[in-house]
Amino acid sequence: MITSIWTWLTAPAQWSGAGGIPTRLWEHIWACLLVLVIAAAIAWPLGAWIAHAGRGRWLISVANAARAVPSLGLLFAVAMWMSGMFSGSTLAFTIPPTIVLVILAIPPLLAGAYAGVHEVDPAVRDAARGMGMTGGEVLRKVELPIALPLILSGLRSASLQVIATWTIAAVLSVGGLGRYLIDGLASADYAQMAGGAVLVAVLALLVDGMLALLQRLVVSPGLTGRRRRRARTGIPRATASRPTA
Amino acid sequence: MKRMICLSLTAATALGLTACGGGSNPMSSGSGGGGNSSAAAGTLKVGAADFPESQLLAAIYAGALNAKGVKASTGDPIGAREVYLKALNDGSVDVVPEYAYSLLTFYDKSATQKDAQSVATALKAKLPAKLQILNPAQAQDANSVAVTKETATKWNLKTIADLAKQSDKVIFGAPPEFQKREQGLPGLKSAYNLAPKTFRPLKGNALVQALKNGQVNAANIFTTDPSIKSDGFVVLEDPKHVFGSDNVVPLITKAKATPQVQQVLNSVQGKLTTDNLAEMVKQVVVDKKDAGQVATTFLKDNGLA
Repeated sequence: MITSIWTWLTAPAQWSGAGGIPTRLWEHIWACLLVLVIAAAIAWPLGAWIAHAGRGRWLISVANAARAVPSLGLLFAVAMWMSGMFSGSTLAFTIPPTIVLVILAIPPLLAGAYAGVHEVDPAVRDAARGMGMTGGEVLRKVELPIALPLILSGLRSASLQVIATWTIAAVLSVGGLGRYLIDGLASADYAQMAGGAVLVAVLALLVDGMLALLQRLVVSPGLTGRRRRRARTGIPRATASRPTA
Repeated sequence: MKRMICLSLTAATALGLTACGGGSNPMSSGSGGGGNSSAAAGTLKVGAADFPESQLLAAIYAGALNAKGVKASTGDPIGAREVYLKALNDGSVDVVPEYAYSLLTFYDKSATQKDAQSVATALKAKLPAKLQILNPAQAQDANSVAVTKETATKWNLKTIADLAKQSDKVIFGAPPEFQKREQGLPGLKSAYNLAPKTFRPLKGNALVQALKNGQVNAANIFTTDPSIKSDGFVVLEDPKHVFGSDNVVPLITKAKATPQVQQVLNSVQGKLTTDNLAEMVKQVVVDKKDAGQVATTFLKDNGLA
């Protein structure tokens, strides 16, 4: 079994052409990226605003409840509902799964942005206001940087979910790594199915790893407890005083 | 860890008992899979492919057998031929409704037989030793290449060969297995030189909708599909018989084909015609009637139950 998967993965035919792994991988990444950008554009401002303004919290509950919707059912429902809307256009294949995945990606992104901003210490917020910052400035310069770890972990779980779920969108004739699973199942090519599944898992892990790295890089060292390493390269006086602190 | 083992054991047992899934252990090719030895004594398991007509035929077979005192059950639909033949092989199912010519080309890519009788004879010679077919019915349901009326007029299409001339504009919709089958793109390519610009893997209602709404301009649809009439699709002629004459025929494992089972199923076969099959498929697909109900009515009307 392992050998047949390996044979499939390493066959030269798998690495070129319209059905090749590079093409499928690219299609998969592109689709997931599009979904995440759209979902983040909706969920992040909304979540930050809800927490900042303290209004519309029911939206968070609604979004969390929406996580219970079965993705495959939603996929077919949206596809059937929209099938007449795009006469003669292949948008009929790409739009429905994109919409469904945006719906699936919004709850973790929204929850991350909301929780992140909501958790900001009120004293910090007050101090920022006391320094004369406007509401927008408080959000941009204080709340968002402090919220960043939770926002990014929301992004990580959303991206994992989107990468995994785009595979089942292949039942609606879209590209991506799911093609190997759906087409392999139809022609009982289990090496192809398993190979495709391995590729999806690897992609998901790689993306999660990269986001973890990003999280390390962009989150303020003041929040992560990795201050000392930076302090060594920082101002000498600060280094001198720290060991005693 | 213990919990995991428990769970997987339960799952394995459940699969073995219901024996309806697509071959309970897809990675082990052949032996051992279905846990059939214990359940063998009792029920005859009637499998079906994943399209309504196959499920309907399975319901008819099971209904007829039960009416004559042979215990038979149907499970969830399995998948395409490539999958359910494996299920037959490992004993997960005992009998499936099949289509003579499609099955023949599955075992013999170069088959040239045209008429129902010689197809059946050739098929008997090509089947694996474990399997046998019963009498072919008069009912036929062939694969076909269908286009919309507008496309047929615009490109002046009568046969698949006419469509092949437009290859660079053809967006072909079909179930995913069509890409690799002899009765699929490879056969259409060698017989008509039809090489569609784009292939869209779709099936069932999604395929019909895609053809209707112009996302594909040619599609692989069964000749008994009610959408051909209701949506005014044009079935292109197939002068080179890529799709051949596909009479309905039960494919059964020899071990389960007792004289009584054979006699019951053959009597059903004698009553199936293209017309009554197409009418029943319409009742299931268009009128949304329950396949089991439609099967029961058919069996009662024909004195089979």
